[in-house]
Amino acid sequence: MADRTFPIEGTLDLTPAHVHEHTWLEVLHEWVTTVDHKKLGIMYVLYGFFFLLVGGAEALAIRVQLAEPNNHFLSPEVYNRFFTMHGTTMVFLVGMTIIFGFANYLVPLMIGARDMAFPRLNAFSFWMTAFGGLMLYYSFLGGSGLYGVGNAPDVGWFAYAPLTARAFSPGNATDYWALALIVTGVGTVGTAINVIATALSMRCKGMTLMRMPLFVWLSVVTSGLTLVTITPLTAAQIMLVIDRYLGGHFFDTQAGGSAVIWMHFFWIFGHPEVYVLVLPAFAIANEIIPVFSRKAIFGYPAMVAASVGIAFVSLGVWAHHMFTIGMTSVSNAFFVLSTMLVGIPTGIKIFNWVATMWGGKIRFATPMLFLTAFVFQFLLAGLTGIMLAVAPWDWQLHNSYFVIAHFHYVLVGAILFAIFGGLYYWFPKATGRMLNETLGKWNFWLFFIGFHVTFDTMHFVGMLGMPRSIYTYEADRGWGHLNLIVSIGAFIQGISVLIFTTNLLWSAFRGKVAGNDPWDAWTLEWAAASPPPVYNFPTEPSVSSRRPLWDLKHPEDPDWKYE
Amino acid sequence: MSTATLIPHATHAPEQEWNLPSRGRVAMYCLIIGESAIFVIFVVAYIYYIGRSLTGPTPREVLDVPIFNTICLLSSSLTIWIAERSLERNKIRLFGAWWALTLVLGAIFLVGTGIEWHTLIYEKGLTISTNLFGTTFYSLVGLHASHVIFGLIGLSTVLIFTLLGKVREEHSERIQVLALYWHFVDAVWVVVFTVVYILGR
Repeated sequence: MADRTFPIEGTLDLTPAHVHEHTWLEVLHEWVTTVDHKKLGIMYVLYGFFFLLVGGAEALAIRVQLAEPNNHFLSPEVYNRFFTMHGTTMVFLVGMTIIFGFANYLVPLMIGARDMAFPRLNAFSFWMTAFGGLMLYYSFLGGSGLYGVGNAPDVGWFAYAPLTARAFSPGNATDYWALALIVTGVGTVGTAINVIATALSMRCKGMTLMRMPLFVWLSVVTSGLTLVTITPLTAAQIMLVIDRYLGGHFFDTQAGGSAVIWMHFFWIFGHPEVYVLVLPAFAIANEIIPVFSRKAIFGYPAMVAASVGIAFVSLGVWAHHMFTIGMTSVSNAFFVLSTMLVGIPTGIKIFNWVATMWGGKIRFATPMLFLTAFVFQFLLAGLTGIMLAVAPWDWQLHNSYFVIAHFHYVLVGAILFAIFGGLYYWFPKATGRMLNETLGKWNFWLFFIGFHVTFDTMHFVGMLGMPRSIYTYEADRGWGHLNLIVSIGAFIQGISVLIFTTNLLWSAFRGKVAGNDPWDAWTLEWAAASPPPVYNFPTEPSVSSRRPLWDLKHPEDPDWKYE
Repeated sequence: MSTATLIPHATHAPEQEWNLPSRGRVAMYCLIIGESAIFVIFVVAYIYYIGRSLTGPTPREVLDVPIFNTICLLSSSLTIWIAERSLERNKIRLFGAWWALTLVLGAIFLVGTGIEWHTLIYEKGLTISTNLFGTTFYSLVGLHASHVIFGLIGLSTVLIFTLLGKVREEHSERIQVLALYWHFVDAVWVVVFTVVYILGR
């Protein structure tokens, strides 16, 4: 990792912005009122990481409760609140915020722009998301009104009707859930619009669509998918609020309404949402794998096409969450086939990543370790996904821990691993210091081991018939030992996340100084200073290939000759 | 912002035109796509629940087709288009007049909806909690009406600036972005009208 000084002398001014001492109040004021995409991106990631710790703590409490039969570590009521809050937190407050944090920070830098298209909209979106999350967690205090005992949402993260009706969920907990998601939804849609407008309208000279880094491409696809995914959820939440507050009958079976239509509306959001979360993980992989394999990405146009393909197909697969409600065999067959169809573009991506690594001079720094594990684990997650797409198989295992294991393989094994890799990779850009590699290796190996101990074992628990969301189980079911193993793995992951937290705090102040381009990478963000000044680039860059910094470092053999 | 050459070779390539789409337009189209998804869900719910109410009143008993309202709203799309063209040709007064007319037509639509709802609630006894028809009707028409309200707020803001003499030809682009939203609100009404007053009756 030679710390070269790029770009060439005289082309770009790389002196970091002059820093002078501020009082903490001034610093706070600056962060609260900022419209800078880099500060907002960092706040998104920190906010998401904070809730990762909260949601993780909830998961650990759930695992203690399930570690042995007939356990009473948590009360049944608290248990219901914890698994509801764990799911809602991880999807809306961790996944969505961290991926949009990455997009916020990186998209303008990668396309050579000075900021997002709408900086103030950007700040507005962040604060909407932030306050939505606080509102959700305030329910622990105010769920039944300030006069009653606190009562967080306990209806499951998909909140099936009619459990959410006033009669079955009295108090305000469910209202907090619905309103908080509407508020964060507004923020998410605002950011999605902003990312698309930035990528399409703010590109520097020479940055044609087919020269955009794949990270930017995938951010655009993700944002486009967000536009048509979060909004149906918002619509469904508005209906739920109308039912609960104005006496509407959308999901009221007593008045001719349908509980199944909530399932449809929720999963029309819910399944594409998985792709909204996983596409940014692909985006991170598309940047990190080539840099650490020392090769250009294999099949750039195929990657773009596959991403767009996944986005479209993902809009037509939602009812595979509903095979057990008794649909017609034609509907079942349609959703089986459409779900399996997703495997094709996804398979193209996996082949491309492997082909990128193939014959490369692979450098296993911490980011690459995480991303290698990502490819392997995402493949396994995809395979159990194909199994569950087969309707008769799903009839057996629906709502079992096999399903839980499958989607945690995606959400943790793919998305969280990619996020960790991305944090190790771009942390030097954001702070000017490297994350510690030794702690990084500990972080990776403990997380990898913990992950497999937990989620590999969980598949077997599921196949032995353990249903999801149950409070406890009888000893004679034979799930006890396996559940204990699952819980032990969860704690190994917990320790690993604590190591990462330590690394984050320590390296931010004491880490090795990184320089502008510590990984010898090729995209434009590495041409800016670390950390970049408020204006990113003193002069507007101009590019002529997909790897502008490669061209700069290798004037004898530039990429633009071949593209 | 001056353009520095990050890649020395780029200068050798022939200078090409570098045109990017307007960020305002891109953002408005994105917003319209997102909003459309919300409307799709409400329209699907409406269609799914047609004829499933367990109690009266039914749409045929209480709904009158709002022909006049519809004509007003749809023609406002035409007047706003004329206003846009006037601004492009730098005819500010003409722009103001057509813009104000658009605003009046939109306001007539909103008042018409208000009168319709008042009649339904106080004379015909249909509220949002009466039956499924009431729930879906007030939600869908109300969702559209709330978009008309947001549109009218936007239109009024522009009108105020026009009266203050702040709107000039150079604002054409922004005005057209706002007008896009208004066209969207009109287009959605065509769908809502068809579903609620033709299919649903």
